[in-house]
Parts: sequence; structure tokens; C-alpha cells
Amino acid sequence: MTDFTMRVDQNKYLPAGSEEVHAIVTVEASGPIERAPMAEAAEIIIVDTSGSMSYDKIAEARKAARAAIDTLRDGVYFAVIAGNHEAQLVFPDRAVVLVPATPESRNAAREAVSRLVAEGGTAMGRWLRRAADLFGDFHQAYPGAIKHAILLTDGKNEHERAPEFAANLAYCTGKFVCDCRGVGVDWAVAELRQIASTLLGSVMDIRRPEDLEADFRAMTQAAMGKTVADVALRLWTPRAAKLNFVKQVSPALEDLTGRRTEVDALTGDYPTGAWGGESREYHISVRVPAGNVGQEMRAGLVRLVLPGSGEVLAKGNILAQWSDDPVQSTRINPRVAHYTGQQELASLIQEGLQARNDGDLDTATARLGKARGIAEKAGNEETATLLDKVIEIDPATGTARLRRDVDKADEIALDTRSVRTVRMRKDPEA
Amino acid sequence: MVSGACPACGTLVLVGEAFCEQCGHALGVAGCTACGARAVGVDGYCENCGMLQPSERDHVEIELEVAAGVSDRGLRHSRNEDAMALTAAGTMAVGVVCDGVSTSPRPEEASQTAADTAVAALAKQLGEGTDPETATREAVRLAAEAVVALAEQGEDAPACTYVSAVAGGRQVTVGWVGDSRAYWLGSGSGSEVLTGDDATPGTHMLTAWLGADAGEVVPHVRTFTPDGPGVVLLCSDGLWNYYPEPSALAAVALNATPRAAAQRLVRLALEAGGHDNITVVVIPFGPGDQAEATVVFPKEQQ
Repeated sequence: MTDFTMRVDQNKYLPAGSEEVHAIVTVEASGPIERAPMAEAAEIIIVDTSGSMSYDKIAEARKAARAAIDTLRDGVYFAVIAGNHEAQLVFPDRAVVLVPATPESRNAAREAVSRLVAEGGTAMGRWLRRAADLFGDFHQAYPGAIKHAILLTDGKNEHERAPEFAANLAYCTGKFVCDCRGVGVDWAVAELRQIASTLLGSVMDIRRPEDLEADFRAMTQAAMGKTVADVALRLWTPRAAKLNFVKQVSPALEDLTGRRTEVDALTGDYPTGAWGGESREYHISVRVPAGNVGQEMRAGLVRLVLPGSGEVLAKGNILAQWSDDPVQSTRINPRVAHYTGQQELASLIQEGLQARNDGDLDTATARLGKARGIAEKAGNEETATLLDKVIEIDPATGTARLRRDVDKADEIALDTRSVRTVRMRKDPEA
Repeated sequence: MVSGACPACGTLVLVGEAFCEQCGHALGVAGCTACGARAVGVDGYCENCGMLQPSERDHVEIELEVAAGVSDRGLRHSRNEDAMALTAAGTMAVGVVCDGVSTSPRPEEASQTAADTAVAALAKQLGEGTDPETATREAVRLAAEAVVALAEQGEDAPACTYVSAVAGGRQVTVGWVGDSRAYWLGSGSGSEVLTGDDATPGTHMLTAWLGADAGEVVPHVRTFTPDGPGVVLLCSDGLWNYYPEPSALAAVALNATPRAAAQRLVRLALEAGGHDNITVVVIPFGPGDQAEATVVFPKEQQ
């Protein structure tokens, strides 16, 4: 069984009269992936087969799907969906159920994938709904199993009206985890981010179709490494408190505040999906009524739970203690400061790119220029490199200027990866 | 509150009982001191409003025939991380004060464990006829071991200071590690500090302590022969930060019962700001026999 540990980083000391409590909660699931028990798992590979995928993209997508199929552990239940304006189950082709991976079923699936052709439109919500139904039947038989999907697209969701898409996505919520990949430069970052965010997965941009194969293999390997499904972060806060937010801040930013399921009047669950050997960090902020100097309050009790059984995997306290010693109370915890900076960086990039697309060049320059500075200081090397492709900084004066010719792929990469954070360069407590 | 054992004496107690039937210990079912909810968790936080509940260690008084002590949380800390223990071993009075290191985890456990372990060791050794200096070294060794044993993997080590006094016959033996102090306050003759802080001068940076990260602990041990009656005072820095001068302490501590003297000194530290936990142990000392001491420390008028 995977072991979970939780650590809370914060400065619990608050100045007299102060009400804002911030903490970074680090959850680590340990146990080497190779030794992970054979958890029941299901994997659905969803490949965009719309007309725009023609030629090299569909050829590379076939290779990528085959790589994913080859990476499936024996016994993992799987299926392949080809998506255009409809969703077609291309494997298995005789029954509408997930089948376990065996040498024979893998071969059959590989053959089915090699027959994929690119034609038609794009309606991602329908692809996902089809996957949700397959997972739903599987879930009846294996309630505790890990359910994961890969979605690949190269375009915008043009053949499904927004309300239908929203309904389909809502239908899928909580039924499986979905990692999304956009290939080329004609897909919309916001659309895939919405899907991945709702379905607790990641988004990555794949610049060249020939990079798909390696990425699909890595993604499937990561999915096979998951050992615990459906873990929730359970947060208790005092009756008089107001929860400001609960955000995942590492490995990528994800605001979980609106994802709360009430457990009781003071407690709510936030979904975190499936876990393998990995660590994630959360930023929690609570507003509490100020206490007297010397008083200590528990401003939050954080537990990692399996919501079905209520089993507690790890827990930690978020504290507040009022102090009249300014040396104690004005110190900002370095980890809180780091992730506050990472959130600001992501906002600056997203706002800057939006302003640039809206033609508001002053705002775009200001935001992206400031982002460049933060990225360098915080150690976001990849982000800094991507920013350099959109903006240039005069080394003498420090003045920022938007670049005239920007590769669309660079802009997409910058937008997509703006939510990926880096860990602190140096742990002051290590 | 579920049924369980009384934290003070171990007797089985039932749901809803306010006091232990055996020893009368308050069982904490009265509700939260901040919001009144009957929902205080075993870890001391109210499950309704979150406030940490006052602990029985917030203010502790111990009075024996031969000595008395008062320990107080002070006004600026949420917990009392100081601890003390007193006992009589034959005709000798034994006192220990330990101050938990705030930056270590569970400092209140470290200090209580050290004080309890040391006082038990001193009583046993002295009872067996061991000389006070040897007994003191042995007590520090055992207390240090006990604090080391509190450390858990993956966290810093719980830590505390240590000061003890054995007063009897014609001599006073003190032992210390860290910056808790022992004073001699003479009624006729002069007063002086008996200890030398293990701390970087002018700071509170300890250079020695009890704890798993302390390395080998070598206590300072000193025996002192007073030339008249007086008081041995043990205290944490919550007192001496405000009143370091022996003469100022003597002016308050002498001519009172030990308990009243300890109460007065704690009150002074609180009035001066109470920034830290304050612990004061007062051991009256009359060279030769105890009768002399009672002359020096008359019972207060009721």
C-alpha cells in the first residue's frame, strides 16, 4: 500500500488583530512505482480523427496510440475511441465494454488503430461522454479501480455547441481522470484546460506530431504507476472562519475552491484524483476571527482521505497564534512566498497573452515583462525561455518590448505551461 | 469525551463525567473556554471554533514541607513549556526546573520528562546514600536519555534546559545544562548566581541543552556552602530576563513562606510583561538543621 505523508509549511504567528492564515500543504505518496501492487485499472485512448488530422498527424497519432497500447500492463482494461464530430469505439469492435490487455487484445487493438482515417469534424464532449459510459459500466464491476483517459486533439471544438459540451463535461466529472494533449497550433488552450481541469488531469502542447509517440508512452507509464484512486483532500475550518481558497500549486496550478463537496457544516472534500509515487502541494488560505495575543487556534485540519471508506491517509494542522513580537509575526514562510509568486507569474502570463491577442499592447508588455522578471528570480527556466520568444528585454535599460514575429507554437507553449510551477530552488529547512 | 483513563491517575472514567472519581481531576467536559461548545478534541483544540484550550500546565503550584514551586504560562505564549518537579529525600530538599526549547517540537513534553526523570533519579540515588554531586550527574544523564528517547524520525529533536538543586546538611549542590538558573539568596549575608548560562553572551542562543541533537551532555555541577540561612532559588529565564540581579530577587523571596515567595516572583515577572513562561522553585535553607530554616521563613499570617 502506498504510504502518504503530509507536511504543513506556514508561519503560524500573526500580528495582533490579523485574520489571514496561509499554509502550503505538501503531500507525498511514497513507494517505488515498480513495486506498486497491481491495482485494478482501466485506460481509454481517445484519438482525434477529424479531417485536419490528415497526413503526418494521423500517422503519428496511430504510432502514439500503439505505443500507449504496448505500455499497458497485462490485465488493465482498455479501449480506443476515434473522435470526430462523433465518437466511434474502434477497439474493442465487437462488444461495447472494456477488455483486459493481453498479447492478443493488444494486437487486435494495434490493428484497429492502424485503420484510423482522418475525416469529419470535432466534438470532444461526445468523445468524453462515450468514455464516461464505458468507464461507468466498468466501475460497476470494479468500484475502487483507477480510471484514466488520454485525449488527443489538433483542433477546436467546432462541431458541438457550448451548452452540449458543458453538459457532456459535467456528465463526465468524477468518473475518470483525463490527460489532454494538443498537437500543432490550431487547438485552443482554454478548451483543453477546461477539460483537464474538470477531469483532474494535465494539458501539454505537442509541437511536432513525431513527438506524440514518446509522450503517449510516458503518459501511459505514469497512469500505470497510479496505485490509489479517488483520493480527496478533506478540510475542516472553524465555525467562524471563511475559507479563502484551496489551490493545488504543484506540480501545476489548479484552483480547487469551487470543487468542494460538503461533509458536514465545517468540513468539505476536494477531489485530487488518483495517486502514484509522487508529491503535490496545496496552498490553503483561511480567514479567521482574530484572537488575543498568546492565543493559539487551529485554523484548519487537513486530512487526505479515501472518501468511500473515510480512511485517513495523512493529516496536518494549519495553526494561527497571535503574537506581539514583530520578528515572529512579520516573517513570511518561504514556501508560501514561493507559491504566491508562482501564482502571480501564471496570472501575468495569461493576462499578458490575452491582452496581446486583444491588441492592448501596453498591458501585454507590462504583464509579460514583469512575468519575465519573476520567472528568472524564481527559477522557472523553461518559462523564462518561452517568454523570451514573445518579449525582449533591453539588457541595459530593462525596458520590455513585445516581439513582432512570434511563432504560434511558442505562444501556445507559453500559455499551456503557464500553470506548471517549479518547486523551491533550495529548501531553507532541508 | 469518550470513556478512557483519567490523565492524572489512570483510573477508568466514563463518558460525561466531569471529574475523576478517584482523584478529582477535572476531565475537560465543561466545554470550550472560548465558545462554550462541548467539542474539545483530545489534541486540545475546540472542534467548533478551533481555539487551543488552556492546559492544566498553564499554572501549576507545588508545595511541600521543604520547598515550593510555581510555574506559569505567562502572557504571550500559548503553552507552558516549562516544567518543574520537587521532592524530599530524607532531610534533603530536591528541586528541578526545565525549560522546553520553543523552536523544537513538543518542548513541553521534553521539559516535563526531564524534570520528572531527574527528580526520581535524585531521590533514588540520595536515598541510597550517593553523594549529591554524583547523584546530580546521574540524574542529568538519565534525564538527557529520556529526552533523547522522545525524538521521532523525520522531525527535529524535542529539547529543554535543566537546573537542579539538592539542599541539605551544610551544603547546596546545583547542576545545570542551558540557561535556567540557580541563585543563592542569603538572609544575612550576600546573594549570588550559582550557575553560569550555557548561552552565547547577550543572546538567548543556547550552547548546551538536553535533546537528541545535543550530542553528549556534560552538566556543570557545583557545591556551595552558605555561611548562613537563606533561599535556593531555581528559575527559568521567564523570571531572570526581568530580574537578573540576586539582590532584587532576595528582596522579594526572603521573609515569606516558600510558596508565597514563588508566587510573588511569578507575579513580578507577569507584571513586567510575562513574555515567556515563568517557573520559580524556592527551597529554604538553614545550615545544619531544618529548625533554623523555619525561623527564617515564618508561616504567613492567614
